[in-house]
Amino acid sequence: MNPGPGTARDFDAIIVGSGPGGSAAALALTETGRSVLVVEKGRNHLIDLDDPRRLIQRYSNDEIKFGPRHFLGPDPIVEPRTFRISEADGDRVFVGEVNSVPATVGGGAVHADGKVPRFLEEDFRLLSERGPVEGAEVVDWPLCYDDLEPFYEQAEGLIGVSGAAGSNPFAAPRSAPYPMPPGPAMYVARLTSAAAERAGLHPYPAPTAANSVPYGGRPACNNCGFCSFFGCPIHAKGDPVAMLQRALLSGRAQIWPETCATRVVIEHGRATGVELLDQAGRRWVEPAASVVVAAGAIETPRLLLLSGVEHPLLGRYAMFHFQTYVAGHFPQRLHVHRGRAVTHVHDDHLVSDLASRAAAAAAGLPWIRGGMVEHAGASLPIEEAKLYPWGSGHGASMAASPMRDHLGALVMQGEDLPQSGNRVDLDPAVRDARGLPVARVTYGPHRHELAASDHYSGILTEVLKGAGAEWTVTATSPMPATPLTPYGDLISPIPASRHVMGTARMGRDPADAVCDPWGRLFAAPNVLVADSSVFPTSAGYGPTLTIVALALRNAAAFSAGT
Amino acid sequence: MPVFLTDEEYTILTSVCSRLIPSEDGPGATEAGVVDYIDTLLGAFSYDPPRIWAAGPYSGRHGGDPGFAEFLTLSPLEELAWRSRIEGSLGLAEREVNGPVVGLQQRYREGVAALGSGFPELSPSEQDAALHAHAEFAALVFEHACEGMYGAPEYGGNRDLVGWRLIDFAGDVQPRGYTDAEVSEP
Ligand SMILES: Cc1cc2nc3c(=O)[nH]c(=O)nc-3n(C[C@H](O)[C@H](O)[C@H](O)COP(=O)(O)OP(=O)(O)OC[C@H]3O[C@@H](n4cnc5c(N)ncnc54)[C@H](O)[C@@H]3O)c2cc1C
Ligand code: SF4
Repeated sequence: MNPGPGTARDFDAIIVGSGPGGSAAALALTETGRSVLVVEKGRNHLIDLDDPRRLIQRYSNDEIKFGPRHFLGPDPIVEPRTFRISEADGDRVFVGEVNSVPATVGGGAVHADGKVPRFLEEDFRLLSERGPVEGAEVVDWPLCYDDLEPFYEQAEGLIGVSGAAGSNPFAAPRSAPYPMPPGPAMYVARLTSAAAERAGLHPYPAPTAANSVPYGGRPACNNCGFCSFFGCPIHAKGDPVAMLQRALLSGRAQIWPETCATRVVIEHGRATGVELLDQAGRRWVEPAASVVVAAGAIETPRLLLLSGVEHPLLGRYAMFHFQTYVAGHFPQRLHVHRGRAVTHVHDDHLVSDLASRAAAAAAGLPWIRGGMVEHAGASLPIEEAKLYPWGSGHGASMAASPMRDHLGALVMQGEDLPQSGNRVDLDPAVRDARGLPVARVTYGPHRHELAASDHYSGILTEVLKGAGAEWTVTATSPMPATPLTPYGDLISPIPASRHVMGTARMGRDPADAVCDPWGRLFAAPNVLVADSSVFPTSAGYGPTLTIVALALRNAAAFSAGT
Repeated sequence: MPVFLTDEEYTILTSVCSRLIPSEDGPGATEAGVVDYIDTLLGAFSYDPPRIWAAGPYSGRHGGDPGFAEFLTLSPLEELAWRSRIEGSLGLAEREVNGPVVGLQQRYREGVAALGSGFPELSPSEQDAALHAHAEFAALVFEHACEGMYGAPEYGGNRDLVGWRLIDFAGDVQPRGYTDAEVSEP
């Protein structure tokens, strides 16, 4: 825990949040000689803080613990969020779990299943390459792929990524191979990726933050299958563990778990410390020469708003990937519960082609862009059991398993365009157990996402049929709202994607951006934002590797004072 | 001996669970002891540490020590969350930040009472009709019944692993895991 209020600890930086962003910033700052304090509101189940070489083992293959019982937090009963589609909904239509990722030492990456591809060169230049779209604020990033490439390489080495260089024809150039070869392909992904190839697509082994061989002092993944939404019992995942260990071993970092930042203290355009509140109810201001905010793209704008940061764009342009699920029923059992949940992906739908241009034209859009498609199937029995109606036949359905062990799925993480009405702000009435206003998410998809999903789901359906599926179903998240769509349910207008971006976008001009091209707040340049809040556009890829690469780059520059 | 439910409530809830997940060609909620899973959840705070999260990392079923048999302690915030969820807010200010919370204990107590002590004697179709008439309560029990049927047995249900055996599922497999061939081959 923390030592409580004290005097003259004089940290060079306080980092809020210990997820991938905060951990990468902690590493970059300690490696450049800075002293840092990482405050994390959640518990520590990851590293022995007295002996950082030792890892705690409290993660387990336990669907009750990690599913309905919120082991890694946040528990919506004490830390809810609220949701509405637009202002027309009134203050809110839902209170509860909205896009939560774990609140724990290591952050969301602890239970992610870790597909960590790099972005394409085009992802940094979307406005230049594709052009504007009415109703959205498409922009270029204030940096390009080449600026980030060395940090991508460093990030892959730190996290530990397995993959096959050269297997994806669309990938941007890389200066080094992946640190590890790919792990074993799941049976279902072998079927669907072979079918995708026959359909002229280019599937490849998913770049994955899980050890395929022993790496970083941690063992190889043994395919237990409790991967997505679970912590790894044997620490084979490339969660932020290695970065946090290294930062701690430098002797210049401390981590205080169960310590919540309630306000960044900013006076005359400079941060002077962070107000903290711990589980013993102690509240004090811990002084520091600078502050790094890496609380995740929903909690970061919330904290900055609670801190009185004023910028008309703060919280705006919230983006989630628009997910298109196409599931196919196969005659044979697929044993989808063995392996790392996703072992193959394809990127073809990020690239403009004649068919997508025609689909865009038909929808009255200048262009459409999909996202990376995950070849997947994993789901577990409790989740499955809740899908079948209760009563006679329930056991027979479970034994036959049409909704789990015979289901192969393709999931597209579609590009979500930035819209100024999609935003995070403070709920006017709902509070968390600490008494602070919670984050309210206002979100509805752009026409672009619906048109792209519509177009590419047809292609994915054909792939599944080609792989041997007897029938297929398509769903999206968010589901466009109808009066009957339940909020917070499986099918809901609340995006299920745990990829959250935007909300404090970076750019060159303070009139168009909250952070400068190096992630610093225009309103207080000794505050660095080191998570996906700064992303100007969403790309069609999981954000985590880019969060880490960007945090490494920006924190090193922050330390150097450039 | 149930820890939270009265003997009568236990009997009624046993019948409810056996309609939600009936024993037909194979075992159902009764054989799995689903009602014990629910009773353990409702009475979680009669144990120390409370029976909320099994410790792990292994159960001992596929190697390693039987760490699921131990339970983890809760932080003050976690205890607040779980006491609110199970006991309700009981008028306590710290549990009512956003208004009163009705706890699971009260929902079960009232739900079982509404079905009445005659429920176990009804015919299966009458029982189904009664459950449809109390759909919200049936949905709550069904959620927990699925967890008690197909979750780890250390939480009180899935007795003798009948749930996992029914669906030919190995459950938690660490530290053994699956071989590359078990992952990649049909
Ligand atoms: C099931 C699942 C699967 C996923 N799969 C992938 C994937 O395949 N690929 C991918 O790229 N991404 C994936 N993600 C997303 C990934 O987890 C996030 O992108 C990533 O964790 C974001 O990192 P971050 O550091 O920005 O924030 P987070 O990981 O959210 O970390 C923020 C931390 O800050 C803490 N915090 C927040 N507010 C405060 C405060 N006021 N005071 C103190 N601490 C605070 C939080 O508790 C949290 O621990 C997945 C997520 C989930 C849930
Ligand atoms: S599948 Fe591999 S990486 Fe995922 S939790 Fe299991 S052992 Fe860990």
